[in-house]
Amino acid sequence: MALSARVRLPERATRGEVVEIRSLVSHPMETGFRVDSFGRRVPRRILVRFSVRYAGRLIAEMDLRPGIAANPYVAFRFVADRSGELELRWQGDDGEELIERGQLEVSDP
Amino acid sequence: MIRSVVMLLPLLLAGIAHAEPSSDARVSGYHGLGDELRALQDDDFANPGMLWVDRGLRAWETPAGAEGRSCRDCHGNPESLRGLAARLPRWNAEMERLEDLDGLLRSCISERQRAAPPEFESDALLALATLVAHQSRGLPLAVDVDGPARAAFEAGRASFQRRRGQLDLSCADCHDRYAGARLRGETISAGMINGFPLYRLTWETLGSRQRMIRWCNQAVRAEPFEPDSADALALELYLAWRARGLALESPAIRR
Repeated sequence: MALSARVRLPERATRGEVVEIRSLVSHPMETGFRVDSFGRRVPRRILVRFSVRYAGRLIAEMDLRPGIAANPYVAFRFVADRSGELELRWQGDDGEELIERGQLEVSDP
Repeated sequence: MIRSVVMLLPLLLAGIAHAEPSSDARVSGYHGLGDELRALQDDDFANPGMLWVDRGLRAWETPAGAEGRSCRDCHGNPESLRGLAARLPRWNAEMERLEDLDGLLRSCISERQRAAPPEFESDALLALATLVAHQSRGLPLAVDVDGPARAAFEAGRASFQRRRGQLDLSCADCHDRYAGARLRGETISAGMINGFPLYRLTWETLGSRQRMIRWCNQAVRAEPFEPDSADALALELYLAWRARGLALESPAIRR
């Protein structure tokens, strides 16, 4: 299946609030260790890196390995301290890349 | 003493016969999942099957084929097909054969869009099938097995009881007689097909009812049915009837 993602990004928050990002990306995460029904090795195809930038700063980074199941789900929380763009980026070992963006508006309490 | 044992014997025998789960005990495979997997299925964001629903929705809107028509142009919103998946497979009088969800989608694509229909078990077909089945979530399975579908239904019922493969097992051997018992690390399911198309962790992807039937046949080392054949559809019809009344769950999560 072509690379595509479901993301749930916070859109509004008050300064200092803890907000959550949830993401689910379609990817086979083929380990490279399996063989097909003819005994031929299925080439490795995995996502190797997931990174999140918030208002220009890198706030989360994750290396993915062949042991991670297909269609990785990643969620985490962070403190909303300023308005800015959220950018989620997945990179695959064959050069494929998927980027999802959203805007987070932070207001004073 | 002897007399009481003799008196107990018929009761014991009745107890053993009664302990065999009958096919009337219809329990969704959902209840065989642990708490975490049930939570995953119930979470419409994190449920990986929803990736196919998303993709199905994109395909729904996209014009295709010689007619340049999208699904929406004829059917409107996907919600208009609520209930359809719960009634499949069904008898197609014109083609004089059964059709299931995948077959129906393929003929709709080739006849109304005049486009090349996606292959069985391709992500493109699974996406549309999951989108359509998802519209019927919560509705009870209710296939029509009377009238012209009756012969196929009886063939499916017989197929369910027929021993096959190198392991010489019938579907009923496991899914009727030993449903709920343990087979090494796994609990044997009751073989209810109300969750399809579903996301199976063993496959790390989504699959159709027919893929599951094929997987089962291979597990008992039997020759799988030809795809979209009368044998395959007859068994699917019987299985859908067997799960009648259970709420459709697509996209369900199963191990």
